[in-house]
Amino acid sequence: MKTASREISAVSLVQAALDKAHQYQADYQIFTWINDAAIERAKEIDARIAKGENVGRLAGVPYALKDNFLSQDGETTASALILNGFASPVTATAVKKLEAEGAIMIGRTNLDAFAHGSSTENSYYGPTKNSKDLERVAGGSSGGSAVATALDIVPFALGTDTGGSIRQPASFNGVYGFKPTYGTISRYGVVAMTSSLDCVGFFTQNTADLDLLMQICAGQDDYDMTSLPDYYGQAAVADGPKKIGIIKDFDNDAVAPEIRQALQRKIELLQSKGHEIVDLEMPALKYALAVYYIITPAEVSSNLSRHDGIRYGYRSDKSAHLGELYGNTRDEGFMPENKRRIMIGNFVLSSGFYDAYYLKAAKARTLIIDEYKQAFEKCDFILTPVSPSPAFKLGEKVNDPVAMYLEDVMSVPLNLAGVPGLAIPAGKTAEGLDLGLQLVGPRRSDQSLIKFAAEMEEA
Amino acid sequence: MTKYLPTIGIECHVQLCTKTKLFSEVDNDARGKEPNSCVSPVDYGLPGMLPRLNREAIPFAIRAGLALNSAINLKSRFDRKHYYYPDLPKGYQITQLFHPIIGEGYVELPDGTKVRVEHAHLEEDAGKSTHESSYSLIDLNRAGTPLIEIVSMPDIHSAEHARDYTKELWRVMTYAGVTYGDLYNGNMRFDVNISVAPEGSNQLGTKAEVKNLNSFRSVERVVEYEIKRQTKLLEKGEQVVQETRGWNDATGETTGQRSKEGAADYRYMPEPDISPIRLSAEMVEQERANLPKMPMWYRQKFAEILPKDLVEVLLDYPQLMRKLAELEDNQTIKKVANLFSSVLLAEENTSLLNDELPGKQQLIDLVEMNGKNELSSTGMKEVFLKFFDPEMHYKDTRTIAKELGVIQENDLGALETIVDAVLAKPETQQAQADYKAGQERVLGFLVGQVMKESKGKANPSSAQEILRKKLQ
Repeated sequence: MKTASREISAVSLVQAALDKAHQYQADYQIFTWINDAAIERAKEIDARIAKGENVGRLAGVPYALKDNFLSQDGETTASALILNGFASPVTATAVKKLEAEGAIMIGRTNLDAFAHGSSTENSYYGPTKNSKDLERVAGGSSGGSAVATALDIVPFALGTDTGGSIRQPASFNGVYGFKPTYGTISRYGVVAMTSSLDCVGFFTQNTADLDLLMQICAGQDDYDMTSLPDYYGQAAVADGPKKIGIIKDFDNDAVAPEIRQALQRKIELLQSKGHEIVDLEMPALKYALAVYYIITPAEVSSNLSRHDGIRYGYRSDKSAHLGELYGNTRDEGFMPENKRRIMIGNFVLSSGFYDAYYLKAAKARTLIIDEYKQAFEKCDFILTPVSPSPAFKLGEKVNDPVAMYLEDVMSVPLNLAGVPGLAIPAGKTAEGLDLGLQLVGPRRSDQSLIKFAAEMEEA
Repeated sequence: MTKYLPTIGIECHVQLCTKTKLFSEVDNDARGKEPNSCVSPVDYGLPGMLPRLNREAIPFAIRAGLALNSAINLKSRFDRKHYYYPDLPKGYQITQLFHPIIGEGYVELPDGTKVRVEHAHLEEDAGKSTHESSYSLIDLNRAGTPLIEIVSMPDIHSAEHARDYTKELWRVMTYAGVTYGDLYNGNMRFDVNISVAPEGSNQLGTKAEVKNLNSFRSVERVVEYEIKRQTKLLEKGEQVVQETRGWNDATGETTGQRSKEGAADYRYMPEPDISPIRLSAEMVEQERANLPKMPMWYRQKFAEILPKDLVEVLLDYPQLMRKLAELEDNQTIKKVANLFSSVLLAEENTSLLNDELPGKQQLIDLVEMNGKNELSSTGMKEVFLKFFDPEMHYKDTRTIAKELGVIQENDLGALETIVDAVLAKPETQQAQADYKAGQERVLGFLVGQVMKESKGKANPSSAQEILRKKLQ
């Protein structure tokens, strides 16, 4: 990506990004807010460059921020009415690290409210459109960040991935989308969805940018007890020919033919380069979606409890007493999918049902973790589709929650196991829609995974 | 008529006196501070905020557990307990349901009764609500203060024991140094479960719970009231409803608040943001080695030396007990204990309890001078009080007594001279005549004159003796 220098000014980089952002906004609905004041920060950076200061590895680089990150720039909405007017006094650790290297946030991007969804249609501000087809969804939940990167408004964007929310929209828009090992990047300052699954990650146009961003943002944070000591940069998988696992169960009729063909092309390419293909049986993965849709609603119902209209955000003014204030505020402030998850979550955690649902799901999750461990004894990486189909039509699945949930069937197992996954571009359909595949590695193999994707990029 | 046996279980919340809150870095001591001035984004429940466990709370929890004679669980973890209330910012309380840090233990009451502790766990306190007629005020200074919740087994069967248990818990926690123990400000709060059942029944009766009591006396009164109320209901053939009842201290009654049907389902779930607490056996042993002496140790130590009642009174002041334990000689301990109770605990002097206590040697010398008649008991009290003057901390007892001019004149020769001088005075002539005529009581007047002449330094009994001899 281009960084500012004495030759290229930060102002020119940021102005170009802002111009494009405004140009595309009406059609694509990418941003919840465009940060026009970014130009002021660019001027500061140019002044520092002029003085000969070292501004950092991302000097003057414009980027887009999924609107579920807290920062003192603009209001954090999570694309939900209930956070209306919420100006955060704190800034997320990942944002701080990027800005310390000179990056400049030019806008907050649209998402499914509270990241609940796979199409960015569940946004209070309306859906983001696919970068290749205005009639189709951007994917989600980080749809805005994916499209901002795909339309080259910015060279990179921040996202969050709880069950596929970076990888699926990346594959719908032909860009790289990376979900690191759980705990690699601090979650501090990120509106929580499913705390035990949430990962901060990136959309980029190439693997080199991704590697740089990971070097900058990975590392332990005192403010996130689940963050891992920095391991990024320590080789996890040896160089040379790799064993690539293919999950047989994922090659079925529910997966679109174009995606199966793309997978086949990639397998042949890998074989031609001397890599070995290994067939994997991973029978526990078929429970992943069911497990995910118990653990996620449970944690969602808990994490969203704080939105009560008492201290910040939206408050319904129709209430005669406290119970009504809670009820009306939450009824009016949340989107239907938020409420669906809260209700499912409250149900699975309620007394008498906890053992049957949550506890059982937690046990099944352990089986899935073990299955990945065993798989990575047989291979170095796993290659699978990201989702069963390319970008679907707007409105096609929005009233069919189960069809929407099935979008995540091949992406959620990684989150449950905490392993890293990288969505890579894999060609286009006849209609010109983007196709993507995902590379999966063992825990802490993040840099090896990105390096391996770089080899395939060159091919 | 059937006799009914009450059964009582008590949950006690103890606020720990750590420097910062359990999950944030703001000041945990909000005494005298503006409402909502000790609140971090974490305590405020902002989205995206994550709890950060204050490691300082761990040794506090271990000490509390050891003080309860409990096993310490080397692995414990946190859970979320959900309910909605405006003073609970996150909509859940971080607590320990499934794997508490403190296992089974017991508290021994002064009369030797043991009340078992089922477990005790670490959790965060909620904020404080103040309800006015048309609005409510929320103060989040307390939100996130570390608490230990101590859950007793249903081992208590009388109001008196309920009071003794809460009082002993308070003492034990104060001696362990884990809490300021200020009951008035809610440092310790009690939830009491009471049920009654016919004697001999192998089942417990239906219980009522009264929450948030903050004095031993109110615990005792609540239990007395509930035993009467529930017994009366059962005697009339009616049933006790399982419910939470509120205590009105002014009327001395409890009233129904919330029945079981209306009870909240807390939807407990493991806290995903906090890694489990893992302790080493060495860490526990280190805390055990450093654990201050408990009330029962002092009871045993002084059992043969001091009256039981006096020990119980002094036990309310750990610093006094520690000071007494520094003294080796039984006679010294007795006299100092009496000084503590008669002087220091006298209403006009209780403010001195916050000050530094006299030094060990100062006290030993004080008792010795009194024993040698160099100090009268009044003089001893005067010197004792003077010890609390910050300027006197480093002075020895004799110097202080001299400065106060209270050392008694025990030199009989010198005293005789003074007596002679008094007897030579015209104003004593009448009294001398009266004494000689058999009026014993005027001797007091003459002793007084000697004391006056000696400026108070004369030993009155010696003066009396000399006077008798001279007036024979």
